[in-house]
Amino acid sequence: MLKRVFQILILFSMLALISVRPTFAVNPNEILPDAQLERRARDLSSIIRCMKCQNQSIDDSDADLAKDLRILVRERLTEGDSDQQVLDYLVDRYGEFVLLKPQFSISNLALWGIPVLAFLLALLFSWRLIGNKQDKSAKLASSDILTDHENTELTKILNERE
Amino acid sequence: MIAELGHYALVLALLLALVQGSFPIFGAKAGDEKLMALGQSTAFGSFLFIALSFAALTHAYVISDFSLQNVWENSHSAKPMLYKITGVWGNHEGSMLLWILILSFFGALVAWFGTTLPSDLRANVLGVQAWIVIAFLLFILLTSNPFNRLTPAPFEGNDLNPILQDIGLAIHPPMLYLGYVGFSVTFSFAVAAMISGRIDAAWARWVRPWALTAWIFLTAGISMGSYWAYYELGWGGWWFWDPVENASFIPWLVGTALLHSALVMEKREALKIWTILLAIITFSMALLGTFLVRSGVLTSVHSFANDPERGVFILMILLVFIGGSLTLFAIRAPSLKAGGLFQPISREGALVFNNVFLATAAATVLTGTLYPLVVEAISGEKISVGPPFFNITFGPLMVPLLMLIPLGPLLSWKRADLYPAMQRLYWVAGLALLAAILVLAFTEDQPVLASIGIGLAVWCMLGAFAEIVSRAGFFKNSATIAFARLRGLPRTMWGTAFGHFGMGVLLLGVVAVTAFEKESVAELAPGETMEIGEYQLRFDGLLPVTGPNFSENIATVQVIKEGSRPFVLKPSKRFYQARQMPTTEAAIESIGFSQLYLSLGDVSREGKVVLRAWWKPAIILIWLGTIFMVLGGSISLSDRRLRVGVAKASKARLEAQTANA
Repeated sequence: MLKRVFQILILFSMLALISVRPTFAVNPNEILPDAQLERRARDLSSIIRCMKCQNQSIDDSDADLAKDLRILVRERLTEGDSDQQVLDYLVDRYGEFVLLKPQFSISNLALWGIPVLAFLLALLFSWRLIGNKQDKSAKLASSDILTDHENTELTKILNERE
Repeated sequence: MIAELGHYALVLALLLALVQGSFPIFGAKAGDEKLMALGQSTAFGSFLFIALSFAALTHAYVISDFSLQNVWENSHSAKPMLYKITGVWGNHEGSMLLWILILSFFGALVAWFGTTLPSDLRANVLGVQAWIVIAFLLFILLTSNPFNRLTPAPFEGNDLNPILQDIGLAIHPPMLYLGYVGFSVTFSFAVAAMISGRIDAAWARWVRPWALTAWIFLTAGISMGSYWAYYELGWGGWWFWDPVENASFIPWLVGTALLHSALVMEKREALKIWTILLAIITFSMALLGTFLVRSGVLTSVHSFANDPERGVFILMILLVFIGGSLTLFAIRAPSLKAGGLFQPISREGALVFNNVFLATAAATVLTGTLYPLVVEAISGEKISVGPPFFNITFGPLMVPLLMLIPLGPLLSWKRADLYPAMQRLYWVAGLALLAAILVLAFTEDQPVLASIGIGLAVWCMLGAFAEIVSRAGFFKNSATIAFARLRGLPRTMWGTAFGHFGMGVLLLGVVAVTAFEKESVAELAPGETMEIGEYQLRFDGLLPVTGPNFSENIATVQVIKEGSRPFVLKPSKRFYQARQMPTTEAAIESIGFSQLYLSLGDVSREGKVVLRAWWKPAIILIWLGTIFMVLGGSISLSDRRLRVGVAKASKARLEAQTANA
């Protein structure tokens, strides 16, 4: 059961991984004849930054620089580079600034780590919140003046008032 | 002369705010009713003077008084009247003036509606509100005065950024600020409560309407901004994870968490410490957003370092308010007694779960937004954090949250049984599964993930009403009884349902447009055609037109689909002379909930054009969803139980008790 739940969760998370790519600035004369290569070029373009623009990928931007980079990416792909090789080539040339998704690396530990840390902290915090309550309510229940029947009645009344 | 009066009015407002920020708080401490009562009149007074000042600046824009530097920089005599007025806040100084106008407006509202509040709490709230007014009035007067004169006065202005010359500027910033700044009230309530040390369920009951009001406006403001960017920028995107967008989205995430935790505090007196903390953080994030957008730090850390006056000032405001309130919190929090008890599986537990994920999501977006700035400030290296980062971190955080939306409201307070709650969701789960299977069966390309997403959306949409359906007893009683029961349900329950339903609708739009969008681009000579989805587009030629302050090339495109009437779309490119700036005006046709989106690219000398076309299935649902959320919030807000002052109710109860005794 639990395994199934996890499987479903993972599937759902993957759903979120479909990158939102609503825009494109590719010109007709840039498009590669090979549809599969063109697909790869588009996917790559959406994670490469147009360095002159504010927060735009080269796939979104009309700027000349973005156009040059789009053509460059297509040239490298046509010459047989893998996706990673293209990205490495660009990082070599322009620095990590060119990547819209920073690399998983020690220097970016804070970026990738803080969300995880925040989640763990929030979990811990809420666990303490509930954990305390549970102990107390357990104690309370044992010395409870009300009978079980009265308790259920009370909960019912409380719920109905909502 | 009028401009000088406007400037002077700001100074007077500052003096009144100084009174408002000091005497009522002393009064509350000393128990002096007269000093406390000063809070209200000064709140009205400072709002009045700030409004006068705002009117003075608007007047200068309306008559195109270019002797004011601000008007000269951002207006043009040939600009249409609507944009002359909206141009008032289409620039740094004017937008800060709008910010503070709304801030003092909320102060006046608290003074107006707060008659049922205990006088010491009201005095403290208005006092804290005044401190924020003081800080930002000083900011305007010392660093961003919109009333600076130019001599000699120029004959013509520089015009407003063409992208801003749109109806969107009339609605988006005021809405957004009403939301952003509205959370100042919850902040003031939190700080006031910590000053007096009295924090109870009644406090939460007073705060919730304000949090809800701010949340409604912020939701509407963000949604409006998203639609504006969608049609104005001509890229067809509806959310870019741009730092400026994130700056408004982070307060929304924390504010949504606040809304939910305040509910627990009001009903069960639990989560007190956490609710107070969220109230502080929400407004802190709004302040941080103001800093990010207004200091210029986003454009480049270097341009910020070169002209740091404004940025440093806001940074100081940020430090004083966030640092001060957190220090107060650290002193007071240990003395707060934890309230109602609850078990992990309960309504409270579900709301804590909601808070865990919303808070983590906010922290994630915040990290991604600030990381490049911090790295550049420390090491000088430039780094980008863009949409791919946010998609893979934010998305997975939302999935568990959405899955639990239908379940949460079905759990009872204190301790709940999972099984009966799930039982009431069988029909929802069944229909969601059916929707997923239908998608899987009738679509091509990437149906698996899309069908799961659509199933989840249906689960949220229908599940939102599961509580109402089971309360009315539709499966147990006859329809007449069930409908009669429907009317008896409290409005907040309908509000919750519509809010959650809207979330599902939004998700449906997002999944549909992400998975099934079609795009196409072609270079067309007049008479040539291209295809997008089921539509054929025929380019019929370019028409040059002259507008009031721009020249325009309008393309005529015939849209033809077999079996339906053809229609014409006119995407265009504009050129604004004063700023020498081109803009792209997309042409959009709504067909059901979907849209056909055309955007004009390069125009060649031979009269050929590059035409980009998108088929965006169900995209309208994204904004429709937020409309449902706003509707849900408004229904909740109209609930009598939220409006009636608790002070009165308890007085009545007291009387009843004494009568009984």
